[in-house]
This record gives sequence, C-alpha cells and structure tokens, in this order.
Amino acid sequence: MGNFLTTIGLEIHVEMKTNSKLLSPSPVNFGDSPNANTNVIDWGYPGVLPRVNKGAIEFGMKAALALNAEITRDIRWDRKNYIYPDNPKSYQTTQQATPLGQHGYVEFEMEDGTTKRVGIRELHVEEDAGKNTHGGDGYSYVDLNRQGTPLLEIVTEPDIESPEVASAFLEKLRQIIQFTGISDVKMQEGSLRVDANISLRPAGSDEFGTRVEMKNLNSFSYLRTALAYEQKRQSQEIIAGNQIQQQTRRYDEPTKSTILMRTKEQADDYRYFPEPDLPPMHIDQTWVDEVAATLPESADSRLKRYVGEFELGAKEAGVLVQTLEMANFYDATVAAGADAKKAANYLIGDVNSYLNDTQKDLQDTLLTPENLAGMINLIEDGTISSKQAKKVFEAITEGKEPKAYVEENGLVQESRVEVLQPVIASIVDANEQSVADFKAGKDRAVGFLVGQIMKQTHGNANPNVVNQILLDELNSR
Amino acid sequence: MAETLSKQEAKHVAELAKIRFTDAELDVIVGQLGNILTLVDTLNEVDTTDVVPTYSVTENVNMFRDDVADNWNQKTDLLNNAPQQQDDMIKVPAILDGGDN
Repeated sequence: MGNFLTTIGLEIHVEMKTNSKLLSPSPVNFGDSPNANTNVIDWGYPGVLPRVNKGAIEFGMKAALALNAEITRDIRWDRKNYIYPDNPKSYQTTQQATPLGQHGYVEFEMEDGTTKRVGIRELHVEEDAGKNTHGGDGYSYVDLNRQGTPLLEIVTEPDIESPEVASAFLEKLRQIIQFTGISDVKMQEGSLRVDANISLRPAGSDEFGTRVEMKNLNSFSYLRTALAYEQKRQSQEIIAGNQIQQQTRRYDEPTKSTILMRTKEQADDYRYFPEPDLPPMHIDQTWVDEVAATLPESADSRLKRYVGEFELGAKEAGVLVQTLEMANFYDATVAAGADAKKAANYLIGDVNSYLNDTQKDLQDTLLTPENLAGMINLIEDGTISSKQAKKVFEAITEGKEPKAYVEENGLVQESRVEVLQPVIASIVDANEQSVADFKAGKDRAVGFLVGQIMKQTHGNANPNVVNQILLDELNSR
Repeated sequence: MAETLSKQEAKHVAELAKIRFTDAELDVIVGQLGNILTLVDTLNEVDTTDVVPTYSVTENVNMFRDDVADNWNQKTDLLNNAPQQQDDMIKVPAILDGGDN
C-alpha cells in the first residue's frame, strides 16, 4: 500500500456444536422456536446453580491443540459486565484473565506458494448472547435460545499485513477448526464471526498507527473488501495530514465501504471481576493427553496421506479436504474397499455435481461410503459398465444398495462370449450391406452394427467384448 | 485514607448501569456510595503481602457437568414472568445503541 505498512489483527468467534449450553443443560440447537431452549439459568434468575459443561472445555482444548497453543493449567472464570437485553444476566461469563490457550500459531500457504505464519495471542471459552430483532414498532424482540451457547474466541497477534493474507489465514483457520469437529464454522449461519482491527504506519516507522475496529465481517469477501477500503481510506487521511481516530466502523455492502459506528473516547469499561459462582478449573497433562487422543486427523495430515499413499494429485486431494464431511466420506469409501483413485474421482466429479445441483451438504444426502464403494467395485469387476453406473449412481443417491439395485433392474453387464457370440452372428447375418461396407473400408459400418447389438442386448453387453467378437466375425466373412 | 467518589465517576457508573439520576439525586448517591467505599476501604488496613488471592470461597475445583442436553421446558413460565411478550419472544423497548457482542 504505497509508503504505508498495514497491520491487521483478527478476533474470531466460533460457535461450538456441543449438545448443551456452557452453564446450563438447555439444548444447543439452531432454528428452534424462540426461547424453547431456555431455562432459569439462561435467563439469569437469582439463586440458580450454573455448572460448567465439560464438553465445552474439551472442545476448547481441541482447538488449542490444533492451533499449536499452550493450554493454561489453572483457569478461573470472569464476569464481563454490560447491560443489554440480549443477555439478561447483565454479564458475560468469560476467561478474561486466564484464557484457555495462549501463544499459538497458524501456518498456511498463499496462492503464490509463499508460506505465512500468524500468531494466535490467545483463545478462550465464553458464552454467546441471545438474539434481538428490532421491530420498527418502538419495540425489540428477544429470543434467548442462543444465550449461553459455548463460544470460542480466538485473538490473533497483529501479524497480518494485507487483506489477502487475512482472508487466506481465515480460510486456513476455518479448515483447522472444522477438522477438529467442534464447530460447523459457517459464516452464513453465524457459527463463524469475524471482527478485524487495522492500522497503517509509514514504512520504516516502528510505531503502530491508530487502529480502527470493524465488527461482523460476515463473509470472506466482506472481510477482504472492508479491509482494502480501510487501507485506502486511512492512507488518504494520513496523506491529507489528518489524524486517524480510534473508532468502530461497520462494512456496508451496497456501497462497498465502511461506515462510522462510534468513536471511542475512552476504553471499554466492562468492570471485569472474578466469577464467584463457578469454582476454578485445573487441567492436568493426563486430561490434555486424553483430549489429544480424540482429536480427528487434521486436513494437512490427510492431504499428505492422500498424495503420498493414494497417489492423488495435490489439487484433487485439496478438494477432498475442503470439508471434514467430504474427507471422512472419502476415507470411509476407501476403507469400504473402493480403489482410492476411483473413489476420489467419483467424489470430486459425480458426487460434487450432485451436491451442487441439489444444493445439499454431503451429510444431508442418502449417499453412504459403503454404497459408493459397492458401486465402484461393480464397475471394477466388470459387473456393470461405466454407462450403467450412471443409473446406479442415481440409485445410490436415493439410498439404494447398488448390488441389489443392479440385480433387480437386470443391469448386469453381459460379458460371456457364449451368450454374445450368437447374437452378434445373427445381427451380422441380417446386415449384409454393412459387411460389404466394412470390407470396403467404411468404419462407420462397425458403429452401426455395435448400435444394433447394444439395442438387442438392452445396453447390457460389455462394449469391449462386443467389439472384439464383432471384428473377429467381420474379418472371418 | 478513604477514597471518595467524584460526581463524575458516579455519573459514569450510573450510565454503565443504565440508571438515570437527576443532579440532586446524584449528590445523594455520591454521599451514599462514598460512605460505602469508605467502609470497604477499611479492608485496606489489613496487610495482605504474601497472601494468595482467593477467587473462590469453596475448595472445589473442576465441578463439571457432562455435555448432555436436558430441556427443562420452562419457556411458558419464563415468558409469563417477562414484563411483555409477543410470539414467544420477550418484548422490550426499542434498542438503539449498538450493544455488544
């Protein structure tokens, strides 16, 4: 950016998909009717007995391990006080003083092949707030279903030098977290939310410029566009001799610009203090080891394995590790006995097109690794042709077992010479003109005859066997 | 010596708590809160050098609950306790500022 250096830091909130909330056993479930998943604890009633969800802490530990962070051994909870209707407790339970993880990092590759590393200053477990709907009738409407859902807040070091690096980092972070299995990390559903801060300083200066915060950059493209806009805006301000003010801005999609929300004249005043209702936690090495043993294989490790063991191309392997569901499905298909390359081709080709056409996620379909492997093996052993496989694929998307479907529909490929030979001979007998054409060197005649044979055998004849017998037959005339 | 509260500080705390006071009320509050602070300040007379801070009054550590969902089905009772409700939501005066989180 001209003569300026950009410094970007990100603050990422990840909604964890535990069964129950952080401090109450209310179900965590997106899309239920308002306030259905709330109880007296979520509403912050006096005298309630909140108790920490062990699963949420273990999810946090998984993230800490995956982000190469040190796990804090002695943790206490803190209250962050603020008054707003989305949180009837008037404070958020968080880990301000003793975050679960510290000093981690994420390494990733940019498109041009350069490797970048972004430090993770800290990550901690806290509660999410409820949801307000603004009515436009002088009232707001509050749904507390989300109140108390376990959140993971991840804070980077200000190590990011450009909007492109910020976006690539976030992609990598999303993949790492997704492969721990603790969250769906879907920006469009709010299970991954990003705030950014950005400052500029003249090249050669050691002193950071005044930073501007941006809230809720809810897609990768918003993140890039908003940061690029701020780079430009701030550099123009500085060149014009103006001071950058410490402020919070929001991204406005229609104008692709950022708009001032509020200027910060003093530091936030949340009056943090230690949470008296929750006893402290101690995490020993045994517990860390237990959790580490349950951590699913990372995307990077799978990618290496697919290229190394299964001899897939890096690009193909990259498609398979785009989501945890796809990678798990692939591993299970290979485990069910399918050829690794064929399984990869089917997932990248037919399965992906099916998902695109139906706008479904893999886990919401009736496809199973066993059925896909079954179909691939039917092609491999010559039972069905790859043409017939199109029909079988349709059947397995409807949850049908491929072998049973093939048998029920008479799709079995006919490869037996003793069966095909008489059929072919009689067709050749009936088409004297084609034989003459063949002798005269017109290859078109072969295509015509094959068509007749396929018609007669209802498309079930093995094309290779048919070709061989037909040529022998024609040459013998 | 006891640290008393300035009127400015009292006003700031009131704003954070979303409580509005008239100027006269604020004078009363400054006096009352000042007295409370003076009282609390007597704790500073105790020498706490080398005392480990206490964050929890029980000896309990790691009091967890397993991650099992249990819906207590309290929605109706809770909503009936809210000042106003509509369509299963809590109805509150319009929220104008940005809030947090």
